[in-house]
Amino acid sequence: MSFDAEFRNQQFKSVGSRPLRPDGIDKVTGRARYGADFNMPGQLVGRVLRSPHAHARIVRIDTSRAEAVKGVKAVVTAADLPDLTNGDAELLHILDNCMARTKALYDGHAVAAVAAIDAKAAREALKLIEIEYEVLPHVVDVDAAAQSDAPLIDETLFTGGVEPKPAKPSNVANRSEFGHGDVDAGFAQADVIVERSFRTEQAHQGYIEPHACVASCNPDGTADMWVCTQGHFVYRQICADLLGLEVSKLRVTSSEIGGGFGGKTHVWAEPVALALSRKAGRPVKLVMSRDEVFRASGPTSATSIDVKIGARKDGTITAAVAHLRYTNGPYPGMWAELGAMTSFACYDLENVKTVGYEVLVNRPKVAAYRAPSAPMAAFAVESAIDELAGKIGMDPVAFRIRNAAKEGTKSSYGPVYGPIGIGPTLEAAQSHPHMSAPLGPNQGRGMACGFWFNFGGQTCTDLNVNADGTVTLAVGTVDVGGSRASLSLIAAEELGIAYDDVKAVVADTATLGYNDMTDGSRGTFSSSMATISAARNAIDVMRHRAALTWDIPVEDVVWEDGHAKARGENYGNLAPLSVKDIAAESGKTGGPIAGHSELVADGAGVSFATHICDVEVDPETGATRIIRYTVIQDAGKAVHPSYVEGQYQGGAAQGIGWALNEEYIYGEDGRLQNPGFLDYRIPVCSDLPMIDTQILEIPNPNHPYGVRGVGETSIVPPLAAIGNAISNAVGVRMSHIPMSPPRIRAALDGGAGS
Amino acid sequence: MRYERPETIGDATALLASAKGRAFVLAGGTDLLVRMKSDAFEADMVVDIKAVAGMSDISETADGFEIGAAVPCAALGEHAGLVAAWPGVVEAANLIGSTQIQGRCTMSGNLCNASPAADSVPALVAAGARVRIAGPDGTRIVPVEDVPQAPGKTTLKKGEFIAAILLPKPAQRSGDAYLRFTPRTEMDIAVVGVGVQLALDAKGVVETARVALGAVGPKVVLAEQAADTIIGTALDDAALEALAEACSAASNPIDDKRGTAAFRKHVAGVLARRAAKIAYERAGGK
Repeated sequence: MSFDAEFRNQQFKSVGSRPLRPDGIDKVTGRARYGADFNMPGQLVGRVLRSPHAHARIVRIDTSRAEAVKGVKAVVTAADLPDLTNGDAELLHILDNCMARTKALYDGHAVAAVAAIDAKAAREALKLIEIEYEVLPHVVDVDAAAQSDAPLIDETLFTGGVEPKPAKPSNVANRSEFGHGDVDAGFAQADVIVERSFRTEQAHQGYIEPHACVASCNPDGTADMWVCTQGHFVYRQICADLLGLEVSKLRVTSSEIGGGFGGKTHVWAEPVALALSRKAGRPVKLVMSRDEVFRASGPTSATSIDVKIGARKDGTITAAVAHLRYTNGPYPGMWAELGAMTSFACYDLENVKTVGYEVLVNRPKVAAYRAPSAPMAAFAVESAIDELAGKIGMDPVAFRIRNAAKEGTKSSYGPVYGPIGIGPTLEAAQSHPHMSAPLGPNQGRGMACGFWFNFGGQTCTDLNVNADGTVTLAVGTVDVGGSRASLSLIAAEELGIAYDDVKAVVADTATLGYNDMTDGSRGTFSSSMATISAARNAIDVMRHRAALTWDIPVEDVVWEDGHAKARGENYGNLAPLSVKDIAAESGKTGGPIAGHSELVADGAGVSFATHICDVEVDPETGATRIIRYTVIQDAGKAVHPSYVEGQYQGGAAQGIGWALNEEYIYGEDGRLQNPGFLDYRIPVCSDLPMIDTQILEIPNPNHPYGVRGVGETSIVPPLAAIGNAISNAVGVRMSHIPMSPPRIRAALDGGAGS
Repeated sequence: MRYERPETIGDATALLASAKGRAFVLAGGTDLLVRMKSDAFEADMVVDIKAVAGMSDISETADGFEIGAAVPCAALGEHAGLVAAWPGVVEAANLIGSTQIQGRCTMSGNLCNASPAADSVPALVAAGARVRIAGPDGTRIVPVEDVPQAPGKTTLKKGEFIAAILLPKPAQRSGDAYLRFTPRTEMDIAVVGVGVQLALDAKGVVETARVALGAVGPKVVLAEQAADTIIGTALDDAALEALAEACSAASNPIDDKRGTAAFRKHVAGVLARRAAKIAYERAGGK
């Protein structure tokens, strides 16, 4: 049955209310089962041995002494994970990242793993694995790695996207370019031009729950895995591909998730756990330590970005250019490309050009982090925009409003926008009391805008009406931000029943069709669309059952306010039937009642936000306090406003940490110096003010309720908003993230922002 | 690994003295238990001293205060007499870790962990605190600043452990203060820490002063020349400036993941100035 996803304005009963989340009690009482909380009889402890070198050839591995340790049941190396990728380079990179094949490419790269009856035996075995390394020169800095004399990470790699094909290999994996118009002509028309270079350091998503899984391979070729992931169907596919399993024979169940932010969209240890279980013939639990999480999973890119923007004195931007260099870790990705696409997405520009360079370095493989690549590009662009507004003597909000993209604007990355929220968020900022509140000594205010694409993707959902009229909703998108509550509200709305009568669960990979993962802010957007579709299908079934009960044509049965109603004057004496009434009789009218939906949720509406931030800087120590923070973002329609606000606040909080203190610090030896929360400083509660939020609702025309994804955009503006605020407070343009106290002190001493 | 929980000082020192391999004293455990989770850490024996008589007591004596080695930092803040006498020391102890950590961690452990960034140590050194060390050959009393030797290393000999921290009775018209710099508001480790203790004469002139610096060298620095810059002054701006300069000069930090050497030297001066002003006010100076 085709599904009509077009937006229709309506009065909502459930959507827009703020009930408690169904998973709340379990989480606050400690009963919720996270990745490490699954256990199986006979389960072994898995541990991974990691390279201490940033770059080294693996000459020889001898596992015999480790295998001889009492209690050790399996030791695996790359030899136990043969290359089954069949020429798929991306898949081979995932495999190589899970277990180094010929070279260790970063400090923390897995080189072997053991499974033993307890942690003590596993630890002892790790120490007895002998590895002979040939240490190679390494490079961790983005600009150094892009130089022609840098140590090569992959000697077979030639820069893509360049004509003619380069003659020499390079760490620059790819060049991508976006834009339109003639930027040279545009700069010629400019009265004022700002040109500046920026740097951002590598940040980690910092999810509180480390990666954890239990893998169990059976002798009959089937396997089960319980895992903390943002996408169990995707994990199933990748693990099956890497281990040569049939997809149907690997059943993956996702646990509750203690934060993901994009970092749990990539497999790390799961194929290794499966390989250990396959070799040992017993279930294996593998839980990363925090040190491993930092060294081997997750981080976003470190960047180096040059921006040039010109404007006329009347405030019209005439041309904008950005060159963006992003670290990728040791394997090619498309992180700079995403930065290049998002850089100027907030603006309506006649002449714009962005160029992205993917740079390989001896650091962990870059993973998605909440609107991946956009925050760094926004930091550079929004800082330059602020400076430009200042130079032509315009208010920074008014300057942005003058240049903001709108419906019909050709975006800098290609598509033409539909109805969008950048203008409204800026206007809301302009009239927000925060914008005109007085500032004290050493305080400064900054604001910035942000954009994210949002994604839809493949989605499959089951809605079952139980005999008592309550509803079980089985979805395949992992709940990372309260989506079970939101989807229950959606089902309640569509069926016309109470929120408490709906119970949403995340189904495993054997019980639903394929679902893309919870990424791209798609969880609530796509699964709500599928839930509406499934509910409408169930309503059809219930209309048929009512027609059967009444013995009238189904065309004469309508669904209104949670009831089947007979339409027409002939049926005046037929009392409407509720979901409960119809469900109670279902055994006699044709059996269980269910609605199913499978769809590709197209039309995820793009998302915009404007943030305002006040800081106070201690000029003697360089310490920054965020004293006030406001997020204004378009949600399309806020299904559960509390969780929308939570997403806004969470993105801002992560952005504050990234802006002020979070960074990967490498030693001269290429080893990570701060793989722990003591020295990788995410903010604690007392570092943050109450983050104020304002939800705008500009309906997405491609969703029945107008919903847009809300999870990611909120991390895009903070680096720039805080950078602008600090620059205004101290009178020096800050150009290097994080703006840690030593960097602010150095800027004050030397006048340069880094 | 052996775990022992002796009930007397004699038993504890005998166990530590007879231990083969690496033996560790366990009080609050907030450093030790974290280290024990590391793959690089091996222990042959852990001697838990919490059951040893007197280890969990704070006693007010004729000479001052005696704080048992297992007294958690949170308990210091609940002892009105101690808070009134040594507010700087108590504040320093209650900057360590988080509220939960402070319920377990001890000043003796903070001292024996021998981190140059230990928060309570500069405050104790500024206060002129001493420790009573129990060992196989009896007890000895040494100034706090003589306990740490280098990062992770103390001057304690095999079989010895700290049984108590001894704080003197504060002099008349005296006050102490401790300030540290951390990028975060809490749950962080000092990038620089400064403890100041001073006593005034009847006219409000600084008569004696002790200044101690943390995290600016391999161990806590007792900055005597810095203290001299404020003795004989009423802590006017010139004296504070001289103090700041002397503290920066007495700092010998390194560049590391927590901050640059230049930043630490500068902030040592800033914090010394601020801490001295607090101590001066606490001493009754105006």
